[in-house]
Amino acid sequence: MIIGLDAGGTHTDAVLLGAEGILHKVKVPTDSEHLFDTVMAALDTLMADRDKAEVARIVLSTTLATNMVVQNRLPEVGVLVAGGPGLNPECFRVGEEYHVVSGALDHRGREIEPLDELELASIGRELQAKNIRCAGVVSKFSVRNPAHELRMVEILTPYVETIFMGHTFSGALSFPRRINTTYLNAAVYPIHKNFFEAVNRSLKAQGLSVPIRILKPDGGTMDIKSSQGYPAQTILSGPSASVMGALASADSEKTSLVLDVGGTTTDMAILLGNSPIIAPHGIELGQHKTLIRALHTESIGVGGDSVVRIAEGEIVIGPDRQGVAMAFGGPVVTTTDALAVLGQLDAGDKDLAKAGVAGLAEQLGLTTHEMAGKIFDTACRRILLAAAEMIETINSRPVYTVHEMYEGLKVQPDQILVLGGPAKQFAARLDVIETELEYGAAIPVPVWQVANAKGCALARTTCEVTVYADTARRVLTAQGEEFQHSLSATATLEDVLEIATDLVKVKAIRQGANPEYLQIEITEQSEFNMVRGFHTTGKNIRVRAQVKPGLIHGYDCETGQLNRPDL
Amino acid sequence: MLRAKNTTGLVFFPAFDWAISPTHPEREERLLYTQDQVLEEGLLDIDGIVELKPDIVTVEDINRVHFCVPDAEAVTTESHFISAGGAKTIGKAVLDKKIERGFALVRPPGHHANRVVHGARGFCNINIEAVMIEYLRATYGVDRVAIVDTDCHHGDGTQDIYWHDPDTLFISIHQDGRTLYPGSGFLNEFGGPNAVGTTINLPLPPETCDEGFLYAVEHAVLPILDEFQPELIINSAGQDNHYSDPITNMSFSAQGYARLTEMLKADIAVLEGGYSIEGALPYVNAGIIMAMAGIDYSYLREPDYNPDHLRQPASIKAEIDKVCEDALKLWANRHELTQALRSRDGSDSRSRQIFYDTDNILENQYETIRFCDDCAGALRIESSSSYGANILGIHIPRKACQACIDQANEWFDHGEYGNFSQIFLQDRVKDRYLIK
Repeated sequence: MIIGLDAGGTHTDAVLLGAEGILHKVKVPTDSEHLFDTVMAALDTLMADRDKAEVARIVLSTTLATNMVVQNRLPEVGVLVAGGPGLNPECFRVGEEYHVVSGALDHRGREIEPLDELELASIGRELQAKNIRCAGVVSKFSVRNPAHELRMVEILTPYVETIFMGHTFSGALSFPRRINTTYLNAAVYPIHKNFFEAVNRSLKAQGLSVPIRILKPDGGTMDIKSSQGYPAQTILSGPSASVMGALASADSEKTSLVLDVGGTTTDMAILLGNSPIIAPHGIELGQHKTLIRALHTESIGVGGDSVVRIAEGEIVIGPDRQGVAMAFGGPVVTTTDALAVLGQLDAGDKDLAKAGVAGLAEQLGLTTHEMAGKIFDTACRRILLAAAEMIETINSRPVYTVHEMYEGLKVQPDQILVLGGPAKQFAARLDVIETELEYGAAIPVPVWQVANAKGCALARTTCEVTVYADTARRVLTAQGEEFQHSLSATATLEDVLEIATDLVKVKAIRQGANPEYLQIEITEQSEFNMVRGFHTTGKNIRVRAQVKPGLIHGYDCETGQLNRPDL
Repeated sequence: MLRAKNTTGLVFFPAFDWAISPTHPEREERLLYTQDQVLEEGLLDIDGIVELKPDIVTVEDINRVHFCVPDAEAVTTESHFISAGGAKTIGKAVLDKKIERGFALVRPPGHHANRVVHGARGFCNINIEAVMIEYLRATYGVDRVAIVDTDCHHGDGTQDIYWHDPDTLFISIHQDGRTLYPGSGFLNEFGGPNAVGTTINLPLPPETCDEGFLYAVEHAVLPILDEFQPELIINSAGQDNHYSDPITNMSFSAQGYARLTEMLKADIAVLEGGYSIEGALPYVNAGIIMAMAGIDYSYLREPDYNPDHLRQPASIKAEIDKVCEDALKLWANRHELTQALRSRDGSDSRSRQIFYDTDNILENQYETIRFCDDCAGALRIESSSSYGANILGIHIPRKACQACIDQANEWFDHGEYGNFSQIFLQDRVKDRYLIK
């Protein structure tokens, strides 16, 4: 059996999945101040009267540190950056303990300015004196040569407990994003460690001793042990849970627009057959742009609890939320109230909803019923328009080769998969409202209320490795792997592809993947002749390999059954 | 948080899968390190800097500018359509007011491509700036345009295309043609009889440093621009004036390029040459982007930058002062010079030989321009190549007067098919292109 749990902003959902499909599902309100209690309560309810020994896999998705990041409540950590020429590194300052130090590498990883070791040690002493326990070190172009970051760690080790290095998080280039990513990992580390160790201990005490896995923003999972090295990867995994939930019922022949209608927002994403689209750079959280790999998801402030207003004769929905719907005793009219008036809500007080909607209807000279219909349509239209913008963004991504330019795929969804509490009602309405946008049928996914918890349960372990080889310098680095070794001057693209594939395999298994079912793919490969004067001096080879985000082996999307002896 | 002062659009098209030949300077590797630097600096993440996906130009876009022999497809590759398309994307975004300024970092370049195209010259097949400008004129009704070509090589192709156009100011700053390809671009090349003075060449001596360049911009380029009052300023941003460029002899730095960009305030920059792919391009391009966006570039420098090695000798300074003075004089006297040039009645002709170094083609041209005070003048070009093509191209300029339209149509109608393998009419008034 598998447990999937998604602690969302409003509700925490959990499912228990067995060979025959979903065995049990629960939904409890999230208490974000006491997330640990919420998670444990949900698991308790889910597992009441069940044999814990049969659980073979647990996957959690929490937005544990998200609010702390957004509200700037993170603890102080030391950030040491070696920038060299370019933009002034002061522009990327994060926090009070941000230190720009000497030392620079160029774009091929060659040293152009050495580190100043005395300066580093003195900053180390300063951090120690201020009792700062975590630090991050980042150098520009460290993904081409981690030497400076490695040396910075050596020098700082006597003074701070935990040090994160920029080059371990991603092989992608972007010094500012690397700084943010390293900072967030260092800052989130203590709370992440405490939380998941507590969850682990608690579950163990209850007889659930399988390794716990955590969902990442790229829709993949990793085990708790590996997550200590990448604690910020727990941030913002919520939208990826919805995408993975939709994936469990996606048609491999179709392009699907995924809509997860929540209380405050609707999250949107695109599936190309069984593959979610990955964001080109990394997640953005508050003011922090990072290199944390993520699925391409976007949120719009239209959900069941979004405030409905009238402005200049038009209905305006959201983006704010002021509590629950009037039907449930809330203060203002929401989309959910419109559903209640239209007779599409089983719970709540329909009369309260009616009274609220009637007030708005009067202002526009409509009947209460007409008004409710208009509110619902407006919400649907807003969502579809936002989806159209997202699709436009995906379709207008820059390309860098003639081949991509002419072969470029244009995303055009031919079905809409809807998740979340009001999925059934929204799917029915999206299907009939008139818009210029043609997306095909809107379908509520099976078990739409807890589809994201199901997505967590079924997500496979993913990872990515970027390998950079420079045969003129005879070096090969694989970022995120702390892997560096010398290379033959005659190494070819094929050699590097093989190395990358092997590294991904090892990394995935280390993070908890099932070695028998690894789906590795090469996402980028390029090879450039380096010509100096009129002679080829070597090759510059770049390869990126990944375990594709997707569902674990053995799950059948059509029947919803799980055919695997080990689960 | 960094924020661009000017909303700046970038098109980045490094054409990682296209090259003339594997060891050619204009090859796949050329923008690789620039892209690395731009990505690593995070320039595309700065608030107010946006990356745009390039368009692909159409054959009609190319035919507005060129007489391609035998046709546009034959003298181009897909890469040229995208490279010109990248420039077009930036131009559109500026005129649609989506961005205030923009830079097309694209390859292959275009400023050695003349109006007639038999093949590649100086790594250029079609003139990507001209294709963009004429698209913007046809679509948005832009009229007066200034092109400042800061590539180290004379922008002879752009000069050729706008030689007779009084509404396009073309200023080229470059290494003296006596010492560098294509060997042209002297002060006495100042435009045809209908457009005297709207071509200005500033040949600078080899080893010119930041100081000399910036002096020429301040003392010649900016005053002329100021008087010309263009609606759009385009920078043909070649980066081969850099001290580390392998095929030129100048001593310009990334800081110098950034300062030049700041002074010029071009609406649109289009990348041209620049072959120091590791030592210069990453830093120069980053500097130009930062300067365009109005971001502090004072921390930007090449790893081997040493300002003490880039000081200009007095003799060079004197030479540059003189060039600027002469250019300004020429500009001031352009109306008098017009009369001197129109020694004959009605029209003027010139014969030229043009060598296509990249494709090893020799072209013979005989060009006739109708004198006109009301428009750019009807233009007739007979062109034959060493490969046996022999064409007649007739050009009706954008704002042609009736007399010039009549003259051009007569040339086209009476063009003897037997004498030419193809006869083209580039009719910019009706925005059409006819072949017979």
